[in-house]
Amino acid sequence: MSVIVFVESKNGNVSKASFEAVSYGSKIGDVTAVTYGDVDATALGEFGAKKVLVHKGLSSANDQQATKLVVAAVEETGADTVIFSQDQIGKAIAPRVSAALNAGHASGAIELPKTDGDFIVKTNVFSGKAFANVKLNSDKKVISLLPNSFSPEKIGGSAEISEVSYDLGSAGITVKDFKSEGEGVPLPEAELVVSAGRGLKGPENWGMVEDLAATLGATTACSRPVADIGWRPHHEHVGQTGVAIRPNLYIAAGISGAIQHLAGVNGSKTIVVINTDSEAPFFKAADYGIVGDAFEVLPKLNEALKKFKAAQ
Amino acid sequence: MKLLVCISKAPDTTSKIAFTDGDTKFDENGVQYIVNPYDEWYALVRALELVEANGGTVTTITVGTAADDPTIRKALAIGANDAVRIDAEPKDAFFVAKQIAEYAKANEFDIVFTGKETINYNGAQLGGMIAEFLNQPYVSLAEKLDIAGNVATLDRMVAGGSEVIEVNTPFVLSAAKGMAEQRIPNMRGIMAARTKPLTVVPATEVSNLSEIVSYEMPAEKSACKYIEADNMDELVELLHNEAKVI
Ligand SMILES: Cc1cc2nc3c(=O)[nH]c(=O)nc-3n(C[C@H](O)[C@H](O)[C@H](O)COP(=O)(O)OP(=O)(O)OC[C@H]3O[C@@H](n4cnc5c(N)ncnc54)[C@H](O)[C@@H]3O)c2cc1C
Repeated sequence: MSVIVFVESKNGNVSKASFEAVSYGSKIGDVTAVTYGDVDATALGEFGAKKVLVHKGLSSANDQQATKLVVAAVEETGADTVIFSQDQIGKAIAPRVSAALNAGHASGAIELPKTDGDFIVKTNVFSGKAFANVKLNSDKKVISLLPNSFSPEKIGGSAEISEVSYDLGSAGITVKDFKSEGEGVPLPEAELVVSAGRGLKGPENWGMVEDLAATLGATTACSRPVADIGWRPHHEHVGQTGVAIRPNLYIAAGISGAIQHLAGVNGSKTIVVINTDSEAPFFKAADYGIVGDAFEVLPKLNEALKKFKAAQ
Repeated sequence: MKLLVCISKAPDTTSKIAFTDGDTKFDENGVQYIVNPYDEWYALVRALELVEANGGTVTTITVGTAADDPTIRKALAIGANDAVRIDAEPKDAFFVAKQIAEYAKANEFDIVFTGKETINYNGAQLGGMIAEFLNQPYVSLAEKLDIAGNVATLDRMVAGGSEVIEVNTPFVLSAAKGMAEQRIPNMRGIMAARTKPLTVVPATEVSNLSEIVSYEMPAEKSACKYIEADNMDELVELLHNEAKVI
């Protein structure tokens, strides 16, 4: 099978989610990665891309031009499958590409497709409370891979890189400004997350959450009411109506574990819950539980981690 | 200003998720339906605010059967002027997007609003597909929207922050948190909604590009291991050697 993988390029770098998508694609067929701008594409070969097409005329991805780029690459290579990461940029472009190609679209894939007989992709539905097996009936297929659900594998190959100059038309949108959330790994991509809820009593107490996150190299998150009352920024709100995440480690302090919160975080590989109430529903979803006061436990955990890091 | 807001029904967030017919159908037994939160809280309310400030109309559109009418009336109670229902069982996002795009093409709207995703299928597909069918720009994951004449300024979520975007109407967007505040419908709104126009339109033919063949539930979690608050060294050890996440 011939596979196109869309690779986001930002400030010349390839995102982690894009490496996951390339590695995923290479398990389905021969991958041609499609990217743009002044990008260092050499590492894509190590993750399984055979070829890389770079469009230097496009500096940042916008939905309409990136769609034309991917569609032109599909026409040139005759690819039958197109892979995106289900990240912010993937959500903007993948559905357009699927409409342009008349292709069935499996959104939020968490595993490789089954291809013996029908083409079936397992996807995340009901905000992580269930999975759906989606059968794609069309000749061309689009798959959006959920970040952090497929471990990218370095196979140590090298890709043939060439430039393309397809006519991409004009961009309908103009980017005027970028407001950074700050340094650090964005929440959807983060492998380690420290999260806190209303149990922390006020925004002035978040220092201990941030300290623990800094020791771990983790990203911070929060429950919905905490974002709604303005203790923390909206982009930290995780759950069914916030960001859905699947980190390796999710530490939740002072969060009760309401069904809507669990929906967005229960794909996490390991969950640690810190709560004063031994009856808090979150313990049912936890791997490790500490019945205790976050104001004591978080600093203690931070100290233990510092000791562990120093000994490493 | 002529605005179109896509409205989907979704199971109440506390619904028990279960499946029937050999795990091929969502079990609707005892399930209460709500307006999908992203459609209602952010897309619909922001559209209403814009029309209240600048004049115009807000039409809602839903692809569904008569079973969707109570959800549509709820959106009308919040303040939409009228509603359209394309009379078909939604098959997949492509099918739904095609139906809505056909209607939007014939009726020319300044902005088509969708929610960021539905809380049942989480596809985040509809807006992009509609935009492609209409050959219009698509602003996904919009957190803020202002409009002056035919120029709209939006904030949208991107990796590591948000972008400020400018775009001319007509365009399509998907609405995320931040765009507006939830509105609770009042009695007057609920009464008025009963008599607002709900036009039922026949569906157009679209081939079936995808289908859900079965559902699965995640594996049961093994029981939680409890660790003493005074023994954080043990937790660190378990995270390192047992869970292997640090
Ligand atoms: C339609 C809908 C959508 C929703 N979507 C989301 C969503 O996406 N994300 C989300 O998070 N919520 C969502 N909610 C809200 C959800 O139902 C809960 O209200 C919310 O998650 C509770 O937040 P919390 O756990 O921080 O606060 P609380 O429920 O108030 O829990 C605080 C917890 O802290 C514990 N605690 C108190 N003091 C301490 C201490 N010193 N140390 C340790 N623990 C302590 C308490 O025992 C309690 O368990 C949604 C609700 C609805 C209706």
